[in-house]
Amino acid sequence: MRKFKETVIEKGLQASALVTIAVTVGIILVLSIEAILFFKEVSIIDFLTDTQWTPLYTDKHFGIITLLSGTLLTSFIAIIFAVPVGLSISIYISEYAPRSFRKTIKPALELLAAVPTVVYGFFALTVVTPFLQTFIPGLAGFNSLSAGLVMGIMIIPFVSSLSEDALHAVPNSLREAAYGMGSTKLQNAFRVLVPAASSGIIVSIILAISRAIGETMIVAIAAGQQPRLTIDPTVPVETITAYIVQVSLGDVQHGSLEYRTIFAAGITLFIFTFLLNTVSYKIRKKFREKYE
Amino acid sequence: MNNIRKNRIKDQVFKFWGIACTFLGLILLMIFIGSIIVDGVQRIDWSFITSLPSRKAERAGIYTALMGSVWILIFTTIIALPLGIAAAIYLEEYAKESKLASLLEVNISNLAGVPSIIYGLLGLEVFVRIMEMGASVLAGSFTLALLILPIVIVSTRESIKAVPKSIRDASFALGASKWQTVSQQLLPASFGGILTGIILALSRAVGETAPLIVIGALAYVPFAPESPMDEFSVLPIQIFNWISRPQHGFETNAAAAIIVLLLITFIMNGIAVYFRNRWQSKLK
Amino acid sequence: MKENKDTIDKSLKRKHKLQTKDVKVFYDDFMAIKGIDMNIRANKITAFIGPSGCGKSTFLRLFNRMNDYIDGFRMEGEILIDGENIYKKKVNVEQLRKQVGMVFQKPNPFPKSIYENVAYGLKIQGIKDKSYLKDKVEDSLKQVGLWNEVKEDINKSALALSGGQQQRLCIARTLAVEPSIILMDEPTSALDPISTAKIEELIYELKEKYTIVIVTHNMQQAGRISDYTAFFYMGELIEYDKSKKLFTNPEKKQTENYITGRFG
Ligand SMILES: Nc1ncnc2c1ncn2[C@@H]1O[C@H](COP(=O)(O)OP(=O)(O)O)[C@@H](O)[C@H]1O
Ligand SMILES: [Mg+2]
Repeated sequence: MRKFKETVIEKGLQASALVTIAVTVGIILVLSIEAILFFKEVSIIDFLTDTQWTPLYTDKHFGIITLLSGTLLTSFIAIIFAVPVGLSISIYISEYAPRSFRKTIKPALELLAAVPTVVYGFFALTVVTPFLQTFIPGLAGFNSLSAGLVMGIMIIPFVSSLSEDALHAVPNSLREAAYGMGSTKLQNAFRVLVPAASSGIIVSIILAISRAIGETMIVAIAAGQQPRLTIDPTVPVETITAYIVQVSLGDVQHGSLEYRTIFAAGITLFIFTFLLNTVSYKIRKKFREKYE
Repeated sequence: MNNIRKNRIKDQVFKFWGIACTFLGLILLMIFIGSIIVDGVQRIDWSFITSLPSRKAERAGIYTALMGSVWILIFTTIIALPLGIAAAIYLEEYAKESKLASLLEVNISNLAGVPSIIYGLLGLEVFVRIMEMGASVLAGSFTLALLILPIVIVSTRESIKAVPKSIRDASFALGASKWQTVSQQLLPASFGGILTGIILALSRAVGETAPLIVIGALAYVPFAPESPMDEFSVLPIQIFNWISRPQHGFETNAAAAIIVLLLITFIMNGIAVYFRNRWQSKLK
Repeated sequence: MKENKDTIDKSLKRKHKLQTKDVKVFYDDFMAIKGIDMNIRANKITAFIGPSGCGKSTFLRLFNRMNDYIDGFRMEGEILIDGENIYKKKVNVEQLRKQVGMVFQKPNPFPKSIYENVAYGLKIQGIKDKSYLKDKVEDSLKQVGLWNEVKEDINKSALALSGGQQQRLCIARTLAVEPSIILMDEPTSALDPISTAKIEELIYELKEKYTIVIVTHNMQQAGRISDYTAFFYMGELIEYDKSKKLFTNPEKKQTENYITGRFG
């Protein structure tokens, strides 16, 4: 009897765990079924090579590159800002700051990631853009620069926290070797610790990129809704995520081509983040084995 | 000698750079919160909280959105909590080292990295359309529950892992079964940690906007939900809607609503940190 | 009269490379070194022995200020190298460590190539001249007898070397920056007997050019290679003498007990 009860419980717990597999399968099925229906009407060649994205107009074009360029541009700006700052923070905290400081500052920094992104969007639109406009006269009201920078602020803790963990995990004997040779803390950090912790740092950067690519509200609010193939950070663009929001806010018939565009856009986004997450998972596994 | 002096100077320069970077984000956040408070605080009063939405900025309130957020939070908790805890127990105590366990592990790590808007697409197709829930509180809660599931699982596992092995051994040695050990020893001992993780996950859910927009949650809902099948709005969507309007009065409303949303988020984070500290000192 | 005193001071300085004056070390409230006065001679090998936890490492690491980064560390007293107090405010710690090299208990090569390991100390001083670096690397590896073993693999990872080779690499890395003092903290305790013998031989050769201070828990080793031996117990310097004297005819009862293996 007791055995039977134990088995039932185990099966129940297992079923709960399997829900996570169902979620993944569900996401992949939903995205691919709608995307396949989409590609029945739009050639995949056009999708990948067209340089315009106008599904909501009468002259329809479906060049995903246009949206992708918006996503990559805003993410690039965020990363260019967040990685040097985040990495500097991690080095400062793990090598320079007193131990007690580390304990208080890490949760404080993580607060940056806890702020809802719609709030950051408001920040970008109403504070950062007007501020930047005072010395970049041509800056449009919607632009990828302030959206990217604010997104950068949001992802700082992703970079700093994981990188700091990686630096912290480097054996102390290497620090002693470097100091024993007369290194300054800076030389120790950049010549010894950062290379030794490189896999962990790379993981943190990949996760930050993945986060930036999938970020929605900041770019939907502050970067605009004008699909445009450009690398100019001062003009409005539209990201994949912002497009999905734009369509969702409107009245689009289920089963229409417009409806399916958001799944085609979604699967593109999913593939990118999936690849990034998989790579980071692989590196992390290897890295864990290295130190244990 | 000269070079060594130069290296020292570089070292000091980097130190100050590091301090500057560390405080940069926090200072920007404070500037921003400060500016929002200046913009919005005079707008906050009892009627702002208890008024229904309106086309006139001065008359509009956040009542329906706030109630929507509360409903969503309750149902998200009801769905995600048992699922997440059960899955974590399975992974931590039952499935160790098996092939299925490593598959589940990769999978959960991947799910944690899936952009939230993708969960919106899943919810739109599965809950709103196929299961015919429409853009209801229930559909929104299911969507957000799946979204925070990986966070709940990961933090629950860590809390269970933190329970000293001796407790496990003692329980087994007394002849307790696995489930008895889990339910009578491990869960009570890791309760504080689990609670922390769940509050943090919920604070994430309360700020989510994109997936709920995708499933069709509305910015304008005349009444607060009265059943899980009702339409709803939530605070972040209300904020987004106000931000998108050109009239200045709505920007003030947005700032005021942001103050409320941030208050909720920070209070939840504060409670979580409090529980974590209390739990960690108890565990030692 | 005054001139005379100066010359005496100078010759003493030359003889006494390292001096400590009433040195006390605290880790928070715990007193790990309880007031030690000691003079260590130039171009000799001085061994520190004593039971574990008696403060040998702590004391050794004072000479290149390696304890500075430890939380709760505090020191009183003076430590002089060539008559200069190395704990004065304006002392450049990096410069000091270039002059006082250190070899650790566990070989700790950087996860870089053999070449990069040996060139590291020179590179961080800003030396970029490739041919100079190459010569210096070769020279240092030859001094530790590693050159013939690794000259083909100079660009391969140092982590691929055996433990004994790694430790000799760490010594080569230290020699490359031309220190005048080398501190060694149980440098052979993680190695097999053959590697140990090689390193002992190397240390013996090195004393011509360097002042060497070595911590060891191996009394045979101290007896074999050192000129002077200091016995520590519970943070105090119990006895310090020529090794031959200390091992054959110790003054103090505690020393005798320790070297005859009656405790520790
Ligand atoms: N970082 C530290 N913090 C606190 N106490 C320490 C630290 N390092 C060493 N000690 C204490 O100082 C004493 C001397 O240690 P150590 O110098 O390592 O001894 P030995 O090298 O002779 O074994 C020991 O009691 C040890 O516990
Ligand atoms: Mg020691």
